[in-house]
Amino acid sequence: MSEQIATIYKRMKDLPSTHILGAGTPMCAGCGGLQALHEVYDILGEKTVFVNAAGCMTLLAVYPFTPFRGSWLYTSMSSAPAGAQGVRDALDILLAKGRIPPEEDLAVAVLTGDGSAYGMGLSATSGAIERGLDFLYLCYDNEGYGNTGQQTSPATPHGAKTATATGPAGFGGYKKDLFAIWAAHRPAYVATVIGTEPLDLARKIEKAKAMKGPRLIIALAPCPTGWDFDPQQTVEVGKLAVKTGIWPLKEYENGQVTHTKVPSQRVPVEEYLKKQGRFAHLFAPQRDEATLAEIQAQVDAYWAGMEGEQ
Amino acid sequence: MTRALITGNQAAAWGARLARAEYVPAFPITPQTEIIETLAKWIDHGAMDCRMVMLESEHSMITAAGAAAATGVRVFTATSSQGLMYAMEMLYSVPGMRAPLVLVNVSRGLQTPLTLEPDHNDVLAARDSGFLQIHCATCQEVLDQTLIAYRLAEHHKVRLPVLVNLDGFYLSFTREPVEIPEPAAVDRFLPGYDAETTRFHAGEPVSQGVAVLGSSPYSYFRYEDHLAALQGLPAYEAIAAEFAAQFGRDYAPVELYRSDDAEFALFMIGSFATKAKDAVDRMREAGWRVGLVRPRLLRPYPDAALRRALAGKRGVAVVDQNLSLGKGGILHSELASVLYGQPDAPPILASFIGGLGGRDIGPEEFFEMIRIVRQAAETGITPPPRLLFTENELREVRKMQAIAHVERKEAAK
Repeated sequence: MSEQIATIYKRMKDLPSTHILGAGTPMCAGCGGLQALHEVYDILGEKTVFVNAAGCMTLLAVYPFTPFRGSWLYTSMSSAPAGAQGVRDALDILLAKGRIPPEEDLAVAVLTGDGSAYGMGLSATSGAIERGLDFLYLCYDNEGYGNTGQQTSPATPHGAKTATATGPAGFGGYKKDLFAIWAAHRPAYVATVIGTEPLDLARKIEKAKAMKGPRLIIALAPCPTGWDFDPQQTVEVGKLAVKTGIWPLKEYENGQVTHTKVPSQRVPVEEYLKKQGRFAHLFAPQRDEATLAEIQAQVDAYWAGMEGEQ
Repeated sequence: MTRALITGNQAAAWGARLARAEYVPAFPITPQTEIIETLAKWIDHGAMDCRMVMLESEHSMITAAGAAAATGVRVFTATSSQGLMYAMEMLYSVPGMRAPLVLVNVSRGLQTPLTLEPDHNDVLAARDSGFLQIHCATCQEVLDQTLIAYRLAEHHKVRLPVLVNLDGFYLSFTREPVEIPEPAAVDRFLPGYDAETTRFHAGEPVSQGVAVLGSSPYSYFRYEDHLAALQGLPAYEAIAAEFAAQFGRDYAPVELYRSDDAEFALFMIGSFATKAKDAVDRMREAGWRVGLVRPRLLRPYPDAALRRALAGKRGVAVVDQNLSLGKGGILHSELASVLYGQPDAPPILASFIGGLGGRDIGPEEFFEMIRIVRQAAETGITPPPRLLFTENELREVRKMQAIAHVERKEAAK
């Protein structure tokens, strides 16, 4: 574990006890993305402007209501980081000219799903990182175009059934490694998080908040609607994503990748897969041993590659 | 005030500089690039207090421009052609945010085929976006209209982005004598940016650009934006009058050249209208009572002024440097929509397509257009739309095709 800075979040009871994001949003029951957003917003605080791209969370702010105590700007599916650029630059100009006092400044956060982050918005993100934009990017990754009914996205994992991969084998491609793509730009900070590991998440957002420059966070977002599981299973599915090693919790800074929560004894991936309807075809009518073994082997290979790092 | 021989691009840059634009998100594209290079040089050498950022696309550029204007600073940006098309999603998004900014477009034809040379299909694709549109015919007008555009965009009853258009090559790279006003004089005409309620700051959280559910709020906000655009017409008239009083140059929404007593009128926008003026003079010398009507403002559309300008004319030749494929000239159908059914409307409204991809329109062609309209006025029969193209041009293309065929045959051997 990297513990270079002193965290105020040492135990679960140190986490904020109330959320600042309002209730009653139109997100689905059990939304893992909303869970992560709650936890992130609690740490970032109200003095944040969220710059949003088209996705599920675009429906958080629907005229005349918003669950945010701070500000919001919807842009387009592909250009939220460019919107963040405009807002940040304008705030800096206003601060430099004394047209707003420092206490009126806002933290600028991009909020998008995986469809935007992994695909359509990647060019705008690359540009923003390369320009050293001082912003935080939160991607809620539910591994498909969730808002339109879970079609295959560049974040869809191998073997998953989606609305556009309905054949007996599910999706034949592989999930894009956005963490590596972002980290290759050498930004200030990149991290993976999940709402079901709130302490790990809080420490990472706390660390990112204290930094300047591009800080990018991918939150795996268990999605009852798109992944086909009961909403009450969100926490269990999320915990299994970490315990099986499918969703490694890690961070990048100063050229180094560090794993923040290494499962000591990894649970077999099928424990995670069989909880989700999108993988049901791997278990019935008969077990697809080849695909299950392939997914397990990929996870094993990933962690084998990490040995000696910690 | 100084007088300088500068290009249309430099005139646009001077407009942004004198307007004290604070933020310029930029992306290069021919024939616009000189605008952002000029601004970059001034900023780098301390002549202009402004922040410029190179974006990775025009789509991002317009996003950043809209976001910065929505945050509370004066924004300038520029593009052309394919860049304008690439930004089109955001061109339609920014007006609804009621974020005032000025975008200079240097007109250039759209692919396919790919070209660098000008026509108006690019800017007319943005016609319905909510960006108000001002079209320039001279380099002086480019500078002056950029200043007027800021006043219009930021007008309390308008609060919409404004696009100032100049023709690629014919204006962008053509040097003309331009009066560059004193900064202090411009400051009196155009005070510092007032964000009104469109801004982000911590003490007063707002949501901008939000979604709606249902048609009532959608229709409501779209109508609001439309009404604001319509408010732009009296606002522009007042601002242009103020500009004329202060700087002595008159930019009424519609330019009329020898049209008061004309029987026939040429109707067109942009720099080629200066060619039409020359043709009008020649036709007058030949005894034909011809004038020119050139709208500077295309959005909002100056309906009443155009009806007045054309009332009682025997015929109008509308020259479109654009082509709506499968329909024809865009200006022609727009003009027809405001004249139809009006008392004293000209009985003949003839359509001519020309000037595509930088094609010149010669004086003899203006003569021919008016000859056709005069004939139509005699017979009462509107002529079919005419696509300007000469035998020489066809020969030129045939030569290229012949070379292409020969080369293909050679390659196949």
